[in-house]
Amino acid sequence: MDIINLTAGEIAAAISTKKISSKEATAAFLKRIQETDGTVKSFLSVNAEALKDAEKRDLELAAGKSGPLYGVPVAIKDNMCLKGSKTTCASKILENFTAPYDATVIKKLKAQGMVFLGKCNMDEFAMGSSTENSAFQTTRNPWDTSRIPGGSSGGSAAAVASKQAPLSLGSDTGGSIRQPAACCGIVGLKPTYGRVSRYGLVAFASSLDQIGPFAGNTEDCALLMNAISGYDPLDSTSINKDSADHTKGLKDGIKGMRIGLPSEYFEKDPSAEGVKAVLEAAKVFEQLGAKVEKVSLPHTDYCLAVYYIIATAEASSNLARYDGVHYGFRDKAAKNLRDMYNKTRAQGFGSEVKRRIMLGTYVLSAGYYDAYYLKAQKVRTLIRKDFENVFKNFDLILTPTAPTPAFKIGEKVSDPIQMYLSDIFTISVNIAGVPGVSVPCGFSSGGLPLGLQLIGRPFEEAAMLQAAYSYEQATSWHKKAAPVK
Amino acid sequence: MITRKDVEHVAKLAQLELSESEKETLTRQLGDILKFVEKLGELNTDGVEPTYSVVPVSNVMRVDAEKPSLTQEEALSNAPEKDMGFFKIPKIME
Repeated sequence: MDIINLTAGEIAAAISTKKISSKEATAAFLKRIQETDGTVKSFLSVNAEALKDAEKRDLELAAGKSGPLYGVPVAIKDNMCLKGSKTTCASKILENFTAPYDATVIKKLKAQGMVFLGKCNMDEFAMGSSTENSAFQTTRNPWDTSRIPGGSSGGSAAAVASKQAPLSLGSDTGGSIRQPAACCGIVGLKPTYGRVSRYGLVAFASSLDQIGPFAGNTEDCALLMNAISGYDPLDSTSINKDSADHTKGLKDGIKGMRIGLPSEYFEKDPSAEGVKAVLEAAKVFEQLGAKVEKVSLPHTDYCLAVYYIIATAEASSNLARYDGVHYGFRDKAAKNLRDMYNKTRAQGFGSEVKRRIMLGTYVLSAGYYDAYYLKAQKVRTLIRKDFENVFKNFDLILTPTAPTPAFKIGEKVSDPIQMYLSDIFTISVNIAGVPGVSVPCGFSSGGLPLGLQLIGRPFEEAAMLQAAYSYEQATSWHKKAAPVK
Repeated sequence: MITRKDVEHVAKLAQLELSESEKETLTRQLGDILKFVEKLGELNTDGVEPTYSVVPVSNVMRVDAEKPSLTQEEALSNAPEKDMGFFKIPKIME
C-alpha cells in the first residue's frame, strides 16, 4: 500500500480494518522523512520512540481501542510542550529545554491514539513569515526549494506538503498557519480564539495565539480540529462551549450560503495572480449555489499597525521570563545577576525577536502607552465591529490568503516591514478573534501554490470547512503533490 | 522620532544588552516601524472602548485543593544551575 499518499482519514480506516498497522504507517512516514528532510528541513527533531509508540497503539487497537485518528502519525510545531522532548521554539535560548509536561493539545492527541513523528521548524518564537528566523535551519518550500515555505509554522506546513506527515499542528498569531498553508499548497486552519487550549503552547502574543491543524485536504483538517478542540480549565481564555463535530455537515453543500468579498482585499493589487485566482474561486462558489457579494471591512488598512503594537507589546511581556534562571540558556561568564540577564538575553535571542521585544517595550513604556498601546486596542474594537457588521448579513468572508506566492529565500530578510506585509490578509482574523482557513485555489504562472482564505463567525469553523469542502470537491488543486524527492 | 538614546533606554527596560551596530540598526528600524504605525492617528477613537481580549475574560477560580504538580526534580530539570534543590543565580550585590 502506498501509505504516504493516503489521506489521514484513509490511513485511520486502513488501521482500524487491520489492513495496515500503526507501526507500518509510522515507519512509512519516518522513511519519507529520512529520504527528504535533508532537502526540505522541516524537522528540528524526530521522535526516536515513534515506532515503539506505534507498537503500543497497535496493542491498544488489538485490545479494542478505537477512534477516528487512532494510530495515525502527526508532526508538531516546536513551540508545543511534548513531555520528554526538546521544545526549542527554534531559539538558542531554549536550545536545551526539555518539556517536563504535555501541552493540552498533546494530551488530547495522545488520548486519541495519535503517534508523534517529531517537532517541526519555525520562525524563532513564531515571529516571522518565512521560517528564516529559525536559529537552527531554513526550511525549504517543497514546490521550489529556493523559496520559503511561509511562516512561522513553515516546518509543519512543509512536512505535510512533502508527505513527511499526514497531519501536523501549527500555531497562528497573525497568519502563521494560513500563510504557510497557502505557500505550500495545503489546508491550514486558525480556530476561533478560545476554541483550542493554549496550555503548553509557548506564549508569543497571548490575546492572538491559537493552535490549529494542517492537512492535505479539508476532511482531514476537520478530523484534527475535532481532536484538539474543547474547553480546558488550564487555559483561562478557553471557552466553555460544546465542541462541534467539524465533519458532520461537511458534505451538505453550500446552497444559499452568503459569502462576502471585502473590496479592501481585492482593490490594492487587482492584477496579482493570488487575487485573480480568488476571484475565479468566487465564481466556483457561486456555481455551487452560494450568494457572493461585495462587502466592506473599512478598517482593513489599519490592521497591520494594530497588530505590530499589540503583538509586540504582549511578546515583550511574555518573553521577560527568559532570564537564564529557571530554564534555558544562561551566559555563565556574567559577573552579577543584572549582567547575567542582559547577556543571556543578548546572546539567546535572534535579531527579529530582539526587534519585537524592543518595539513592544517601547509602546508600553511610560509616556507612550496611551499613544500606541491603548490607541491600538481601541482600533482593535473598530476592526472587530467591521467583522460583526458583515457577519450580520453574510455567513463567510472570502479573501486571498497571502499577497504573493512563496518568495525567494533571503528576499525580505533585511526589510522588516516588507516581511510584515506578507501577513496583510491574515492578521485581521487574529485581531478580531474569528476563525479562518486557507485552502489551495490554483497555481501561479511559475507553478507555485496559491491559497484562498475563508473567514467565519466565531465558533463556526464547521461552516467554513463545509464551504471549503464543497470548493475542494469542485476543483482538484489539492490533489497535485509537491515534486520534492 | 526615536533616537539612539531612546533605544538605549528601552534596551535597559527590556534587560537586553545591545551592540553598537544593533543600536544603530534598531534606531533606524524602530523609527520606520513607528512611522508606519502612526497612521492609527488618522482615526478618531473618542469614546471607543479598548479590546484587551476578544473573549469575555474574568478571573477563573478553581477549588483550593491539592493536586499533583511537577516534582521538585522535574521543576529543576532544566535549570542552568541548581544547588540543594534550589535555583542558583549569580551574586545580586557586589
